[in-house]
Amino acid sequence: MAQLAGSPIAVFRGPFTERHATRLLWRAGFGPKPGQARKLAAVGLDAAVASLTRPSGPARLIGKPPHGRNGAPLDPLNVWGDDHCWWLDRMVRSNHQLVERMTLVWHSWFATSIEASDAALMLRQNAMMRAEALGNFHQLLLNVTSDPAMLLWLSGTSNTKYSPNENYAREVMELFTLGADRGAYSQHDVRAQARALTGFANDWPNSGPTNFRFDPTLHDDGVKRIFGHRGRFDWRDTCRLCVEHPLHPSFFVRKLWSYFVGTPVPPGVGRALERVYTSGGHQVRPLVEAILRHPLFYVGPRMVTPPVVYCAGMLRALGRTVETNDWAWICQQAGQLLFAPPNVAGWDYRHWLDTSRWAARFTAVNYALQDATIDTSSNAYPANETPAQAVHAALRHWNHPPVSARTHASLMAFSHRVQRSITADWEQVSYRILRQNALRALIPTSPEWQTC
Amino acid sequence: MGEHAREDARPTGISSRECGSCEGFTRSEALRRAAAARGPRTAREWDPRMPHPAGAGIDRRGLLAGAAGGLLSVYGAGRLGLTNRLLAEGIARAATVQGPSSPILVTVFLAGGIDSLSILAPASDPLYHKLRPTLAVAPGAGSAFTEDPRLRWHPAAGSFAALHDAGKVTVFPGIGYASPDMSHFTSRHYWEVGATETRITTGWLGRYLDVAGSAGNPLQGLSMDGEMNPTLATASNPVAAIDRPDDFSLWLNGVWGDVFTETLDSAAALGAAQSRSHDAAIAQVAQAASEVGTVRRALAPFSDSNGNPTYHSPVSYPTSGTGDFPQRLAGLAAMIGTGLPLRCVALTSDMQFDTHDHQQQTFDSGLQLIADSLAAFQADLEARGVADRVLVHLWSEFGRRAQENGSAGTDHGAAGVSLLIGTRTNGTMVGEWPGIANLDVNGNQVENVDFRGVYCSLLEQWFGHDASAVIPGAARFQRYGLVK
Repeated sequence: MAQLAGSPIAVFRGPFTERHATRLLWRAGFGPKPGQARKLAAVGLDAAVASLTRPSGPARLIGKPPHGRNGAPLDPLNVWGDDHCWWLDRMVRSNHQLVERMTLVWHSWFATSIEASDAALMLRQNAMMRAEALGNFHQLLLNVTSDPAMLLWLSGTSNTKYSPNENYAREVMELFTLGADRGAYSQHDVRAQARALTGFANDWPNSGPTNFRFDPTLHDDGVKRIFGHRGRFDWRDTCRLCVEHPLHPSFFVRKLWSYFVGTPVPPGVGRALERVYTSGGHQVRPLVEAILRHPLFYVGPRMVTPPVVYCAGMLRALGRTVETNDWAWICQQAGQLLFAPPNVAGWDYRHWLDTSRWAARFTAVNYALQDATIDTSSNAYPANETPAQAVHAALRHWNHPPVSARTHASLMAFSHRVQRSITADWEQVSYRILRQNALRALIPTSPEWQTC
Repeated sequence: MGEHAREDARPTGISSRECGSCEGFTRSEALRRAAAARGPRTAREWDPRMPHPAGAGIDRRGLLAGAAGGLLSVYGAGRLGLTNRLLAEGIARAATVQGPSSPILVTVFLAGGIDSLSILAPASDPLYHKLRPTLAVAPGAGSAFTEDPRLRWHPAAGSFAALHDAGKVTVFPGIGYASPDMSHFTSRHYWEVGATETRITTGWLGRYLDVAGSAGNPLQGLSMDGEMNPTLATASNPVAAIDRPDDFSLWLNGVWGDVFTETLDSAAALGAAQSRSHDAAIAQVAQAASEVGTVRRALAPFSDSNGNPTYHSPVSYPTSGTGDFPQRLAGLAAMIGTGLPLRCVALTSDMQFDTHDHQQQTFDSGLQLIADSLAAFQADLEARGVADRVLVHLWSEFGRRAQENGSAGTDHGAAGVSLLIGTRTNGTMVGEWPGIANLDVNGNQVENVDFRGVYCSLLEQWFGHDASAVIPGAARFQRYGLVK
């Protein structure tokens, strides 16, 4: 297993227990499979982190391939939502969990929506982000800036020297590299960047957008002034000027940190991480390794699990895979349809829940448990099961996840209430079946299951 | 427009006038339709024993009686007992205390920055046609704006023109704030929080509900976006998010009857017990779980066991190909009609008005749908006899650049237009049209009415509440006579 180098940044030195490994697997992946957290805890923090950040060999998808309703194969290029399910399947089955999780980070960071292009271009962008998931941010920015789905989403191929369009120029600074309201750039810089970014083009045959290219005849090769520098800048210079901007490392470190840790980065830690980032030539992996080993990752407050992570995690915990394309509308209602972020700022990781989205997560639980439901007309269920036995059986169904004392007490109280409500003989079995189905659903709706 | 291939921008500098993104537009419409058609109701197909939502079948009279006399009696709780009692009582109490005539403010956000120079167009101004060679509204198109002879309503805004002629629309033709920010997110945030500060995390209506609302009634702040609307974000009091009142039901395979009710109550109770957790993430989940219990009960009468609406709209609403904005308004009118204790409601349009490219197609159809839907909503409220309780505030984060760009679209601007709709609004223009001869350094229109002054005026005149407790620096802003 790969070894991590010594770090100038604080490293968590408490005992690395199953609880810590569970958090690591939820935040740097999509939740533990049965027994996975215990195994990971046994190898210790550094090896656990390295197993995620430096996986060996090509990614493997483990388990049954995905399918839609009625067993039909997924058709991500043509069927609404199958693109979502296709990626959700990778989240569930890939043995390179952090690669998928970082790809999800970049999807939100460089939020691009299918509404401006099509599934083929979105999946192409997805592959590009996956390839650079733990790679170099400067390279990633160059790839994104010339990416067809992004060129359509933020008007890149509408931006020519004859008709500048500021859409990408503004967002590349505001959302991707520098941040708003920090004095990093002015409206003049937006206009100059827009000129630098001119020259991309594509064709629009009836079959859809194609032939994306850089056409020098559409590029404004005049002198621009950007961040006080003068030159005949083009799109590559835009990217370079942004990542070399003195306010970029602090923006980058804080934004990346916020995807993994629930408290703001302390100023001293932030500066140290900035040095790691800058001295490493904008490499992402060392920064992620420092964050995943930092004490605040393990002792800080919990974070709400994003909807797709919640759904993928339930399937992983149950040893299931994607067996219906209903996951697309379910995740959409829960607030996270992949390839369709709400806007160019991506998903708001601070506010995942409200009444509507909680209801959608309840629906997700129902679908995760689909086919495992005990038939309520069955007679083959113990008529003498006690409330405690019922709770134990339901927890066993989820492979005994960590449950707080409060949640356990709540499950017990529910179990007792149902039993007390039994009056007729026929209810002795059937209410116990209802109770077991209900308990299995209540476990993943608990606040601690939805957070990590 | 369907099948046109897109011509790319030509070196002559004249971009094609053909439909810019037909492929994408058509596809996204199809996607939305597919998504809408594939709603959660399909789940009922695979288990015929799905439980009926609690309280299904109760008619409006039943609900009113419940609201007045305590919802507990209406929704009952079966023999298993009701564990979410406090919140249910909170709604009942709020409905009683608030009374049948208490005011409601509906805030409608047009996302993306709608082009005010097309809504109210200086259609016979030569400078306008110079600035907007492909996008200008033709002279004589649409109808005259009676309060400023230079302007005409866009042809797609005919419903607004009619409401305005009937004295039911107050128009702010130059609304915004000084030192405008051209970022969608920053500017929208300013409007949502009611201050030009980036660090505030509560919405302006959320802060109003924190000081004037109750700890037991999440319906007092209702987002109808299917997710929370930041304008309603509170620091302490509960608020709720739904899509439509007839689309908020839960079910579980293999669990029904009293046990199902008890299951939902148990989840809500576990939430209620932790909704004040010092861990913010736990509290966020727990609070949502707790409020789901309350909202589910309150909305159960609005759909039948098949998930179809039980209410009937007295007027017809337009059909939308891009979402359910009209249906959400129809559901809202029905909720107001039943006397549910709503106070602040927020909706976001399904359409985006960030028209950087080939503006005309998205703008025209989007504006038409917004205007026709809001006119139907107004007529609905009037037919139900509750119109005097409701004001609708329509806003967008900014207007757009006076000069169109080279892609037959417009870039981000500054001052824009806002409307206040209702029988009790003054129905006259507030401020004045800024014109296009004197633009700011970025080529944008300059505001003459500050949105925070409008918020202060609404708080004071509509809600009868001290604005200084809600809007930072309230004393600095001019007040406008908005309510009659």
